[in-house]
Amino acid sequence: MQYAISILLSGISLGGQYALIAIGYTLVYGILRLINFAHGDVFMVAGLLMVYLTSFLTGFLPPAAVIPVGLLLAMVLTVALGFVIERAAYKPLRSAPRMSVMISAIGVSYLLQNLATYATGGLPQMYPELPGLSSMVSIAGVPTKWVTVVTPVLVLILVVALTQLIHHTKVGMAMRAVSRDFETAQLMGIKINAVISVTFVIGSFLAGVGSVLYFTNYPSIVPLSGSLPGLRAFVAAVFGGIGSIPGAVVGAFIIGISESVIKGSSWSIFSDAFTFALLIIILVVKPTGLFGEKVTDKV
Amino acid sequence: MNGQTSKKRIWYTALAIAALLALTIVLENVLDPNRNIMVFTSLKKGAVYALVAVSMNLLNGFTGLFSLGQAGFMLLGAYTYAILTIPAASRDAVYYIYNGSAINFSLPELFGGGAVGLVLGVLAALVLAGCVAAIVAWLIGLPVLRLKSDYLAIATLGFGEIIRAVFQWDTLGPVTNGANALKNFPTFTNFNIQNANGETVLRLSTFVAFLLSGICIAIVVLLINSTYGRAFKAIRDDEVAAEAMGINLSKHKRLSFVISSFFAGVGGGLFAMYANQAQARTFTTAMTYEILLIVVIGGIGSVSGSCLAAFLYVAASEWWLRFLDTETVLGNGFQVPLLRNGFRMVVFSIVIMIVVLFFRRGIMGDKELPDLLARRPRRKEGTE
Repeated sequence: MQYAISILLSGISLGGQYALIAIGYTLVYGILRLINFAHGDVFMVAGLLMVYLTSFLTGFLPPAAVIPVGLLLAMVLTVALGFVIERAAYKPLRSAPRMSVMISAIGVSYLLQNLATYATGGLPQMYPELPGLSSMVSIAGVPTKWVTVVTPVLVLILVVALTQLIHHTKVGMAMRAVSRDFETAQLMGIKINAVISVTFVIGSFLAGVGSVLYFTNYPSIVPLSGSLPGLRAFVAAVFGGIGSIPGAVVGAFIIGISESVIKGSSWSIFSDAFTFALLIIILVVKPTGLFGEKVTDKV
Repeated sequence: MNGQTSKKRIWYTALAIAALLALTIVLENVLDPNRNIMVFTSLKKGAVYALVAVSMNLLNGFTGLFSLGQAGFMLLGAYTYAILTIPAASRDAVYYIYNGSAINFSLPELFGGGAVGLVLGVLAALVLAGCVAAIVAWLIGLPVLRLKSDYLAIATLGFGEIIRAVFQWDTLGPVTNGANALKNFPTFTNFNIQNANGETVLRLSTFVAFLLSGICIAIVVLLINSTYGRAFKAIRDDEVAAEAMGINLSKHKRLSFVISSFFAGVGGGLFAMYANQAQARTFTTAMTYEILLIVVIGGIGSVSGSCLAAFLYVAASEWWLRFLDTETVLGNGFQVPLLRNGFRMVVFSIVIMIVVLFFRRGIMGDKELPDLLARRPRRKEGTE
């Protein structure tokens, strides 16, 4: 029983972390029809930034201020990174075929991984302990880290805030318009580039928050830490119906919990295989995902 | 183009290829391979990557199916080749964790051993490697090929991950050796001819790599120039129009997918020969990305572009940019900044990004090498 609870708890927290990454995928796909392969690596870079910033700031600030300031700076830099990637690598290809943009995304992912390898020298980096998140708590007799409890709550808050933003603000309305029809939205006077930048900023911010939660659970970061969680989060986004935020969250929790269950069984080597098998099945059976809208292609 | 120039062009191409093959033999026997390791590594790996890139180009560039499963099919090929050719005597050593292998024959020995057995066995194993990849591709293609562009890409990517997990599964250990490497099978160096004293008389390892990959690429080129190839291109340019012209979409897509996977499988076998081992964790998504970038650099839709880019890519990453990885102090005591381990790949990926962003057509665009070399009659404006 205790074992089952601990598996479920870690699955829920993993699911919440995937949800934050998956929203970034789903937002970008909804607007640009682009699988942003670099998103997982932005998540990894956010983790590395936190490592480097905290060790850098320790020399200047009192110990109590290091973590909050580091966290703030890491978020700002992650958001800036997302913004710069969009401007430098995707914007010049706005009118190019979709395949070119996707290849550019793969190129950015490759570049970020290589930069991270260069910066870290290929050595695993220890993630700093965050007061509050890393300390232990006991739920139903199962000891776990606070981050397990914080994650679902934080995800809920962020998702509610995001849906409010999308449904009740001007930027949100513009985002919905652009995702509905790119060209018409442009003709109606919506500044496409500004909207896309906002999307990337939101996506990167959520990936940054996700990385804080994710890496608190894991001892270290390597340059490839981002690619698999990124792919799993993407699968979650597709599973829930790409373009739909509640879909991404539900999908992420399903993927997170099933991954944690499989990792706890004797089939642990198949945890990723299961995730991708799920992807192939959902794509074949219901390509629009759980909550996706049906789109008809016009000739 | 009239018949005569076309025939002439085929002759020139054949001659050029024969000259290239002869050159590899001469090069390998004149230069000392032990002192020029980088040259021959680049050449062999380049030849292997050229084949895999061409197979991916057949799918991505000529049929317009964006698939990212290439590494998975290479893995199938590499394992099939390795499992079928490890000599029976060294099986116990290779599979020591699983107390010997479940398969206790090796094709080169079935064909009688010696030089003839080696050649026939390796060829048969490579063909079988391709066939296994092709059969799996056919099965995968049944559900997956119904998907469009990026969904297809992500589904095939997922398939690659599944294959990798299956091959590392402990229960299959007696066949696949679990997560451990398969070794001791015939590699390119086994084709070097030795005299009775065990001294190498004629080095043929690079030549064999070029020959095998060249034959496969030639088959792909013939396919592209056939009616099937024209159907593929029609599907790439406009699916709906192609279907309206009577092209069976699902049949041609499946055909292209299966053939591309066949050659990826053969390429995987060759890769195992190049690397002297086959291990599931080499064939990651990163490898697929590498091959995709080669295709992009060479030009999507150009076979000769893919070949050129494969050699450039391999030579640049393995050889020419090596100096960026070592800390260098110039004569006057000036330490060159930034140079240390990993810098090579950073520079390399920046170069790739520049190509992707600013030279989107790659080296060749969708032209072939003979097109560029041949003198063309002046065309009127706007006929292209």
